Amino acid sequence: MSAAPQPAPSATRADPYAPKGLALTLESTGAILLALLWVLPLAYAVWAAFHPAEYTTRFVLTAPLTLDNFTRAWAAAPFARYFLNTFILVTLILTFQIVLGTLAAYALARQDFWGRDVAFVLILAQLMIMPDALIVENYRTLAKVNLIDTIPAIALPYIASAFGIFLLRQTFKTVPKELDDAARVEGASPLQVLMKVYVPLAKPTYVAYGLVSVSYHWNNFLWPLLVTNSVESRPLTVGLQVFSSADQGIDWAVICAATLMTSAPLLVGFLLFQRQFVQSFMRAGIK
Amino acid sequence: MTNRATATIHGWLLLLPAMACLALFTHWPAVASFIESFYSTPKARRPARFIGLENYQQMLADPIFWKALSNNLWFALGTIPTSIALALLMAVWVNDRIAGRTLVRMAYFTPTILPMIAVANIWLFFYTPQYGLLEQITGLFGARSTNWLGSQDTALYAITIVAIWKEAGFFMIFYLAALQAIPPSLGEAAAIEGASRWTFFRRIQFPLLMPTTLFVLINAVINAFRMVDHIVVMTRGGPDNATTLLLYYIYQVGFGFWDTAYAATLTCVLLALLALVAFVQYGWLERRTHYQ
Amino acid sequence: MDRREFLGGTAALASATALPGIARAQSTTELSFFYPVAVGGPITKLIDTYAADFEKDNPSIKLKPIYAGTYQETIVKALTAHKSGTPPVLSVLLSTDMFTLIDEEAIVPFDDFIKTDEDKKWLAGFYPGFMENSQTGGKAPNEKKTWGIPFQRSTVVLYWNKDLFKEAGLDPEKPPKTWAEQVEFAQKLTKRDAAGNVTQWGIQIPSSGFPYWLFQGLSTQAGAILANAAGDKTDYANPGVVEALQYWVDLAQKHKVHPPGIVEWGTTPRDFFEKKVAMMWTTTGNLTNVRANAKFPFGVAVLPAGKKPGSPTGGGNFYLSKKATKAEQEAAFKFVRWITTPERAAQWSINTGYVGVTPAAYETEAMKKYVADFPPAIVARDQLSSAVAELSTHENQRVTKALNDGLQAALTGTKAPQKAMEDAQAEAERILKAYR
Repeated sequence: MSAAPQPAPSATRADPYAPKGLALTLESTGAILLALLWVLPLAYAVWAAFHPAEYTTRFVLTAPLTLDNFTRAWAAAPFARYFLNTFILVTLILTFQIVLGTLAAYALARQDFWGRDVAFVLILAQLMIMPDALIVENYRTLAKVNLIDTIPAIALPYIASAFGIFLLRQTFKTVPKELDDAARVEGASPLQVLMKVYVPLAKPTYVAYGLVSVSYHWNNFLWPLLVTNSVESRPLTVGLQVFSSADQGIDWAVICAATLMTSAPLLVGFLLFQRQFVQSFMRAGIK
Repeated sequence: MTNRATATIHGWLLLLPAMACLALFTHWPAVASFIESFYSTPKARRPARFIGLENYQQMLADPIFWKALSNNLWFALGTIPTSIALALLMAVWVNDRIAGRTLVRMAYFTPTILPMIAVANIWLFFYTPQYGLLEQITGLFGARSTNWLGSQDTALYAITIVAIWKEAGFFMIFYLAALQAIPPSLGEAAAIEGASRWTFFRRIQFPLLMPTTLFVLINAVINAFRMVDHIVVMTRGGPDNATTLLLYYIYQVGFGFWDTAYAATLTCVLLALLALVAFVQYGWLERRTHYQ
Repeated sequence: MDRREFLGGTAALASATALPGIARAQSTTELSFFYPVAVGGPITKLIDTYAADFEKDNPSIKLKPIYAGTYQETIVKALTAHKSGTPPVLSVLLSTDMFTLIDEEAIVPFDDFIKTDEDKKWLAGFYPGFMENSQTGGKAPNEKKTWGIPFQRSTVVLYWNKDLFKEAGLDPEKPPKTWAEQVEFAQKLTKRDAAGNVTQWGIQIPSSGFPYWLFQGLSTQAGAILANAAGDKTDYANPGVVEALQYWVDLAQKHKVHPPGIVEWGTTPRDFFEKKVAMMWTTTGNLTNVRANAKFPFGVAVLPAGKKPGSPTGGGNFYLSKKATKAEQEAAFKFVRWITTPERAAQWSINTGYVGVTPAAYETEAMKKYVADFPPAIVARDQLSSAVAELSTHENQRVTKALNDGLQAALTGTKAPQKAMEDAQAEAERILKAYR
């Protein structure tokens, strides 16, 4: 609007449209009601996980508390190993996604070269071509290079992410061209410019994208199930499957305990760092 | 000329790692599926042979395909606008200084963190007749018992709601970020002009959120065609295909019937459909972004 | 995988140059083995124990069990692996997948390994009801080949809540014996509140996912057979089949003793524990679960008879991969023989609730003792005399889906039973024509 450098943080300025009085109360009520509705499955998971199986469907306040379901869930599969595998898996995927994504996004955002638009379209195509639909072909490829039943096999089809490249490209495009030029004048090579100018400025995007990627791959199911055979390579979601036994019917108490157990790191992580995450999304200016 | 050549080499070198992976795990398999759709499914004694458009003809005559397609369109129609509208509403609320803002924001985001394969079982409990949560609540008001997942009239709605629940909080984060990036000076200026809050939202905030809306829209469209985990757990496409979505049907044809050529044909149709929608949207998105 | 290729190469060489000694000279044979259960849980521990015991007896064979999830996930994994060239040597898959596996040329028959008289005796020792889903081919019965060996098998039985029977004034020790009794009992067992809402249903037959399996109980009782033994012709529109479906639909629509719409398989045991239903049809594989979770005395009975008694069998068979080497197949066969001995089959049945696959298993001391302690365990065996093969054809899942869709259409009231079955038959006919 004006030539003023940066808008001051909104906290110090009064937002004339911030609801006050009754409006605020109404809005808070609405927001909290919706939040209650949204958190209901999680709340139920907590209820069922901490109460004996008789109480999974009966909500009696005096129901005794128990940790039995967690003991049973933990004993049902080698979850310690699955946690380790999942941790390795998401780290591996995220690292590669960021490295490959940064390089590609930089090329697309700031290099003007022959075939760039075609390349961009080819990359965007991945947004629509779901890996789930390409399972047979991908399995065949990985079998050829002898990678079936390894953690890299789960990761490989996902390490180039169109979503990530797209986000980073948008972010890099907002970096003032002058900064880039200034660095070049000082004799920096394109890679140095990337590392010194673009990557630091895109930190919020990395954090935001990291959150999205980690929560997706922490929970991905079909593909890991298919390409892994042994305890050494299977992630948590495949371990969760012990509880969806077809013959025995559904035991909600133990499923809920297992769900809480496997999602706990993500839930706690988000709870602790949510301010940083939201700020990252904000500063990433994801549009 | 040489400059341009160097830039091209640099550009492609930077792209190379990502492009190689994409080519290997996305482009080639997709092309292979396209080629496969013109061949018959190889059986042990009958190797695949070229059959032209026969698979496509089979598809046009397949009532389950049409059912899956129409289900999927209704599912998309049910999930996309609702989850985007809810996401926007959530973001506007959480952006204001409401009571318990942090917890509310956390609550909206939980579905993104929980694995669908486990959560679908919890939803199954909500929908269970007689003692399910929904039934216990409606029972208090004396409503009649409903078999939400077991009736053709309600099953698709039931799984649509699960999808909305799963998505809205995820999209909210994007809107929240965009809302906070709108300079407060705009609000002050509008207030001086005497614009009502609704006018401010409609004329200023909403247009400024347009790029976010389009970004979210692309994701919502794609998700509407890729979410099947909860169907596997909750209905397996039943009753009588009432909740069969395209990707679920592809999975069934490919890995249940082992008719890989027909599955490839369906995959191609799905991809073509998505490509059409996404490219139209993308063209739009780029134009809108340049306006800024 | 290099090793596998090497082994394959050696085997090829051995057969080509007629030097049968080479493959056997290998120090150990690794035997990969797909098992349809999720990792963890009691069954995996059991299999691991078996594997260790077997290796002790056969030091030259290394058994590598791979727990692959549900049946559906296991066959997906097995066939995907087969198509990319590295299938497991041995797998337990649904008995109904036999035709699919044959058509994919993924398996070899066991007949080539049956050499001695003792082998023949072993093969003849299984319940014929189970073998119906294991053998096919040829015109004459003696030309039939055995493609699968029964292992993790089950059947449908009726569970009833004795307390609720007492409350309704029924003899808690007498389950319904006929279709008419089943309706009559269910009517007495259905309770409604003042507003007319049902608080307790008389009976529940699950119909989600794979309704055909439970329906096959009804259709067999009505005297109909759903498919021929060659697996290339179905008989869905048979009057007996329609009558059976009408009976099922009537339970909900006319008599109002069965929940309307589709009844979820996964929640049915829970409905039973919650006393929301007094009688349920489900698999014998649920016995251990019901025993652990039902807080009331319950009974297990053979399914009530229509024109005659009847139930399908279900569950999984051992299959041998065609792409494995001869040495691997031999080793796998050895394991199959080893694990189906009467003592082990009996122990397996006791620990899991699945049906013992041979009559000899029920003659073992361990089994006799178990049955004396827990009589419901014998019900499944008693039903085997009237059991029929589970519905299985070429393109099995597609042909079965036609029936499933028809059943669900009738149960949700969108099609009349007659019309639903005619449509299903037409669809099955279209698919199977190519196989005759």
